[in-house]
Amino acid sequence: MAITVARPKLNWRERMYLPAIAAGMAITIKHFKNMILGRTKVTMQYPEEKWDSSMPEHYRGAPALVRDTDGRVRCVACQLCEFICPPRAIKIVAGEIPSTDRFAKVEKYPEEFDIDMVRCIFCGMCEEVCPEQAIFLRKDYAITGFTRDQMVHHKEKLLEIGGVMHGVVLKWNEKK
Amino acid sequence: MSNQTANAPQMFNVQVDGVWHQFPKGTRVIEACEQAGSYVPRYCYHKKLSSPGNCRMCLIEMGLPKLGPDRKPELGADGKPVINWMPRPQISCAQDVAEGMGVRTNSPLVKECQRGVMEFLLINHPLDCPICDQAGECRLQEFSVEYGTSESRFLENKVKKPKNVELGPRVTLDDERCILCSRCIRFCQEIAKDDVLGFLDRGSHTVLTAHPGKRLENNYSLNTVDICPVGALTSSDFRFKMRVWFLKETKSICTSCATGCNTVIGTREDIIYRQTPRENDAVNSCWMCDYGRLNFDYLQSERRLLEPRIFLGDKFAAVDWPTAIAHAALQLKQFSGWEIAVVASGRMTNEELWLTAQLARALDVQLIDIVARTGPGDDILLSTDRNPNTNGARLLGVTSEPGAKLPVIAEAVKSGHVKALVALGENPIDFAISVEQLSDLPAFIVMDILANTATEHATVVLPSLGFAEKRGSMINGKGRLQRLNRAVRGPGNARDDWEILRDLLQALTGSNGIYSIDDVFRQMSEAVPQFAGLSLSKIGDLGVQVMQARESPPPPVDEASDIEKGEAKKPPGRSR
Amino acid sequence: MDYFLITTSLLKIVGMLFIVILPMVSYSVYAERRVSAFMQDRLGPNRVGPAGLFQPIADIFKLLLKEDFSPRHVNTFYYWLAPCLALVPAIITIAVVPFGSTLLGVPMVIADINVGILYVFAIASLGVYGIVLAGWASNSKYPFLGGVRSSSQMISYELSLGLAVIPVFLLVGNLRLTSVVRYQIEHGWMIAPFIGDWMNLGKWLLAIPMIISFVVFTIAVFAETNRLPFDLPEAEQELAGGYHTEYSSMKFALFFLGEYAAMISGSEVIVTLFLGGWHFPGIPDGSHGWIFGVINIAVFFAKVAALIFVFMWVRWTLPRFRYDQLMRLGWLFFFEIALVNIFLVAIIVAYFRF
Repeated sequence: MAITVARPKLNWRERMYLPAIAAGMAITIKHFKNMILGRTKVTMQYPEEKWDSSMPEHYRGAPALVRDTDGRVRCVACQLCEFICPPRAIKIVAGEIPSTDRFAKVEKYPEEFDIDMVRCIFCGMCEEVCPEQAIFLRKDYAITGFTRDQMVHHKEKLLEIGGVMHGVVLKWNEKK
Repeated sequence: MSNQTANAPQMFNVQVDGVWHQFPKGTRVIEACEQAGSYVPRYCYHKKLSSPGNCRMCLIEMGLPKLGPDRKPELGADGKPVINWMPRPQISCAQDVAEGMGVRTNSPLVKECQRGVMEFLLINHPLDCPICDQAGECRLQEFSVEYGTSESRFLENKVKKPKNVELGPRVTLDDERCILCSRCIRFCQEIAKDDVLGFLDRGSHTVLTAHPGKRLENNYSLNTVDICPVGALTSSDFRFKMRVWFLKETKSICTSCATGCNTVIGTREDIIYRQTPRENDAVNSCWMCDYGRLNFDYLQSERRLLEPRIFLGDKFAAVDWPTAIAHAALQLKQFSGWEIAVVASGRMTNEELWLTAQLARALDVQLIDIVARTGPGDDILLSTDRNPNTNGARLLGVTSEPGAKLPVIAEAVKSGHVKALVALGENPIDFAISVEQLSDLPAFIVMDILANTATEHATVVLPSLGFAEKRGSMINGKGRLQRLNRAVRGPGNARDDWEILRDLLQALTGSNGIYSIDDVFRQMSEAVPQFAGLSLSKIGDLGVQVMQARESPPPPVDEASDIEKGEAKKPPGRSR
Repeated sequence: MDYFLITTSLLKIVGMLFIVILPMVSYSVYAERRVSAFMQDRLGPNRVGPAGLFQPIADIFKLLLKEDFSPRHVNTFYYWLAPCLALVPAIITIAVVPFGSTLLGVPMVIADINVGILYVFAIASLGVYGIVLAGWASNSKYPFLGGVRSSSQMISYELSLGLAVIPVFLLVGNLRLTSVVRYQIEHGWMIAPFIGDWMNLGKWLLAIPMIISFVVFTIAVFAETNRLPFDLPEAEQELAGGYHTEYSSMKFALFFLGEYAAMISGSEVIVTLFLGGWHFPGIPDGSHGWIFGVINIAVFFAKVAALIFVFMWVRWTLPRFRYDQLMRLGWLFFFEIALVNIFLVAIIVAYFRF
């Protein structure tokens, strides 16, 4: 149903529009003047100024694999992140840890772990779903590459971004 | 099924969760509850195995009619018997229904029991789910969510048990995950007749193990993995290959012998990861043999033929399909009748065999047969006839006695009478035709999946698809028409066999009005009385009996007698 | 003597075109972006060179290197002709505008013809052809609508434009633009004729119609140059860019530059007619030394630049008119006001005998 909006009754002064125009001009020139005089606060100038120092703890940047303080890659290739990933950016090939290895108890490890950063949408579902506290979204945000291949983060790259994570549960300890 | 109508079994009135139902005599309470729509959780109970009743998960409240002073059931206001509920919960898996019985599956007592049993089962269970292959189809996970609590009250150290034990060549055991349901033990005793598994030690320290000096290596060992409700027994072949929730499941049949076990093929992105049996009481019950189950690796082989090729005097040239078909048709047209021999395969589907028979008729070929393929069978499932569709080949007139004409064909090739040989999915070298004779043939057309010695000497190579890559039907050893379904796409330029044969037939005879595999089946159902009224979709998932078995079928898996035997013996488990 | 005339004329043309007008055009694009940014609390282009000053050069390179794509359905000849017609008239209008007094005895006007203002109107009217042809030759509905809008708009406002300028010539009695400047030096600027003759009531009275004339003329120039609030021919929201929708690369750039060139030439005409041309009170003309000649030129272009700033200021303040409002404004207000204004001036001139 159409709604008729009543037009406001304007007096002759308003109908000349000139005062309104003058007021508008005054506003724009005021902004111009403040800008020239440097009184206006402008947006952060990205490449020169960076946000890194004031980045909040919960910032969701590039996902990365972490090691624990024992130096073990925490991922056990359960592939839950591969399953939950909305854009299907993650691809994991699982492998078996040889029985002679120090962490043979864990049995399973990711032989390949690729995250296609062209696809990644930084939603953090992988971090949320991970039962091993192995994948975290770090603060890296400037992820660039010249080809699509370069935009795929392989396991080594992911571990390099991830580094060592302190304060996570060490559930594969021998004692447990 | 016909038995039921002949002598109708006695029906019992049973009250399940307040509603009265009727069940035939001999129905287990747990089955009756499931039929009534109240699923009772269970670990040790398996409908094809005996019931030891040792997991205690299927506890229910049960009652029998209250008898009046006249030893007749007292009737309530609704005219139904008043039930005298037992004070303690009962296991529903070891009890048959009785007249007037009452069952409660979701009373507070039952729920409390289920919670308690779950808590006990999980006391020593490791937190292995991220590395456990069972995760996603694990009963412990499912029932823990549905009937358990989310927290553990257990503060002590968990019991350590052997992990990652090779129980046999194909089965890996993790004792920490085992909940001691004894399904695998009973399977080995009752179905596989290879009693190698058992429990050792007592209490929390009980472990599943193989008999000293023995291994779980019978041909049915992987069925224990299927029936294991948790991740204690896992397939070494499937180990860490893929998580089950990624698998696309396609209902199909196994093509490794004439039994034609019903299967589910698990695939992801055109790669087959596993095959598991699918229940079909007319064929394979719930089981299948390891041989058939693991026989799919060749579909991902390096030797797969990917491009049609033709031999141009001195070298092979990869060509497109129309060229290859035209070349093959041109070669065949040069010869006729007795100059041509066709070797088909008992591994082909009915549709392909039908088109092959059409092709033979169009070329007036008399020398046509399939290759017989036998191996040692057993009296469980594995048939001595390793061709999945011998009966189909007989029915469609491709062979009368498999392999009977092969010596004639070999002789005719040797003597030079046969100038054109068409090998469909078979290698002529297998029946005494030498490589030299093959390379001397003016026309040798091969349609196959894998490269072999014969494909190297073929004048035309037509790459076709494997069993999981195509649709079609087969008739098993017992005369049951069953359906193959496409689980994965074929590699490279390989094409569906029926399409190749159709195109070849068209190139030789002109259009034949076949545009889909359903058209082939329609033509077949019009010509073959056994197929009358059927279509590929009407076959259904469980198949249709279309002919009497030619060979004496392997004795059916006789569960009833085994269960009786199993019951007679002391059931394995904690009671030992 | 003839050689001297030809040489100095060529020098003036080349100098004016390549040293003043074309850089001014490209830098007015830059200025537009910076001014608009400042008015909207942004920074605008500040990356290429110091404070983004090389941005126009980068833009030109970008536009030259872009694919010059001609749709298949266009009328090729007119499609190519239109961008030229958009830029050329705007530039050649400047030929008759005196942009300085004299420099080393050479008058700082390229062609001092006696029908100067008629020439300006004649050439400026050609500008409409560029737009109409672009709209028609593109053979596409939005450019066509833009072309139609543009032609009717220009015809409507040319009327007020012509009428608004008549009072000036009632006073000057001559159509030569150098005479207009000379008159203003002697009798005060057109918008302030009382300068230097403060006690004359007639001059004060005259100022009222002259200011009206100035305002009407300026607004009409806005409309003629398709500047906001009268940019209906190229309304992005309604017409997807209007007449230049189908253009790309340098051809598109020519339309863009043509608009700014028209704005500059329009400003120069306004400055010449109403704001005293190159004259600034207290600064003598070029005959007193070459330095004053240069200063006169600088004064002229400073006035032009200020006017261009006003153009931008208006653009980033006012919203676009609706088409019927535009036509109403042109035909029912400015036309009448300009007409009445002529009589007013004529009466004042006749009564006070200027």
